[in-house]
Amino acid sequence: MSGPARVFDLSEVGRRDLNQALHDASDGDSFEVTNPRGAHAVACGITAEIDVLVRGSVGYYCAGMHKRGRVLVEGNASTGLAENIMSGLVHITGNATMSAGATGCGGLVVVGGNAGARCGISMKGVDIVVGGNVGHMSAFMAQAGNLVVCGDAAADLGDSIYEAQIFVRGDVESLGADCIEKEMRPTHVETLSRLLVAAAAVPAVNGADPADFRRYGSARRLYNFTIDDVDALEAAQEAA
Amino acid sequence: MCGIVGLFCKTETHRHELGQLTAVMLREMRDRGPDSAGFASYDVGLPDRTRITVLAEGITVDWGPVAAALEGVLGAEVTVRAVHDHAVFSTDGDGRAARQWIIDNVVGATVLSYGSQIELYKAVGDPDLVAERYDLASRTGTHALAHTRMATESAVTTNGSHPFATGADTCLVHNGSLSNHNRLRRFLEGHGESFQTENDSEVAAGYLAWRIRSGDTISQALEGAIDDLDGFYTFAIGVADGFAILRDPIACKPAVVAETDDWVAMSSEYRAIARLPGAADAEVWEPEPARIYTWSLAA
Repeated sequence: MSGPARVFDLSEVGRRDLNQALHDASDGDSFEVTNPRGAHAVACGITAEIDVLVRGSVGYYCAGMHKRGRVLVEGNASTGLAENIMSGLVHITGNATMSAGATGCGGLVVVGGNAGARCGISMKGVDIVVGGNVGHMSAFMAQAGNLVVCGDAAADLGDSIYEAQIFVRGDVESLGADCIEKEMRPTHVETLSRLLVAAAAVPAVNGADPADFRRYGSARRLYNFTIDDVDALEAAQEAA
Repeated sequence: MCGIVGLFCKTETHRHELGQLTAVMLREMRDRGPDSAGFASYDVGLPDRTRITVLAEGITVDWGPVAAALEGVLGAEVTVRAVHDHAVFSTDGDGRAARQWIIDNVVGATVLSYGSQIELYKAVGDPDLVAERYDLASRTGTHALAHTRMATESAVTTNGSHPFATGADTCLVHNGSLSNHNRLRRFLEGHGESFQTENDSEVAAGYLAWRIRSGDTISQALEGAIDDLDGFYTFAIGVADGFAILRDPIACKPAVVAETDDWVAMSSEYRAIARLPGAADAEVWEPEPARIYTWSLAA
């Protein structure tokens, strides 16, 4: 069933009722959520190709475990936005606090404003595009996927990173242990260009030139540890 | 887990409803700490007039004779009013001396705060009921802090409840835990601070009180705190003329700040801020680790 968006006013309807309706939805349905007022776990666990528009700011774990469809939040989001997203799209127009896109396995998370600490922590294949800055220890232990930052990155970017890629347009306060700047080869420009186009609804992203970005990734001397690399380990510990 | 909130009115607009707005925020943080709660509020006060808020939990104290004895010690008039199991003394005498005399001489009493602007109330029980019993909603003033507690490392007692205030008009609420508070407590006791609980957060309050008493600004005191406090913390701090926020360098404990032309609010969760007037248009962000944020009435 598709047609006009069903409206859920969270000042009148319970959040569990909303999430149940989203779980029961069919491909093509659309929903509008009003008065979220910082409620937690809004629009979690969606498994159908649906569109959800949230008008206002949400609390923790919005669109967690997202599997299919699109969630657009006109506002800010708190801890754990799109945590463990599998595929699909989660886009917020405002700022996110801690751990946006944490552990995500696939799909795209777009933050129009800034993301707080540990954005993309332990990401496992998700793509994250941030229009503004990211907080400290972003992409901590990131395993796969891409983190694109159109602003600046705070301290210890990519600490203990595995095979995720990080692209930053602005300044990087410092790199974490075993994270280094890497050459931007054609394949990386291609990946970055694709993500910038995918997130072009964000004004700070629209028209961004991949040539303005630098790429960061793993030096592969910590997670692929051999005793010959003990010097690198000690240097990393020294720097920490 | 605990819930903390702070509200600082930059302009006159909401000062008449400070308590009501703080109560709304406190209610939203009820789930984060349903076992006890407390709040401190700052009003304009009277210069040179000190109020001392005292708790006598589970015992009945005849406050009149206490006030009379305190007059003799301070050499100044002392009035007192009882608010359930709390009492608020008021005097032109030395507040710090009054605090210490009550600690030393009134068995079973805990001095919760002193200063020309602060009053502080706390109790075990549902945060909503605590706010109601001590009439948080009726309070007016410039800024307020409140806390809901879920005890994890010590018993559910009023003495474990926040806020903590050991110095004049200096108060904090804390989400987190400190790991070096015993050593720091001994150090501070050697430098003239006195403590009434075994709580780590009281030590943090005492640390700030000591630094400010030694001549530091709140910013300088918090710079010292980053070096000297070990552990996890998100603090909201009140002083006579201002409001501050500090998170530890790792910043695991949640915090969100919102600011409009009229107010600054911080909380563990956005939903406590969402119901404030103008919240939808506020600038909202996550405070950075080990960065000192201050707002001053003078500014």
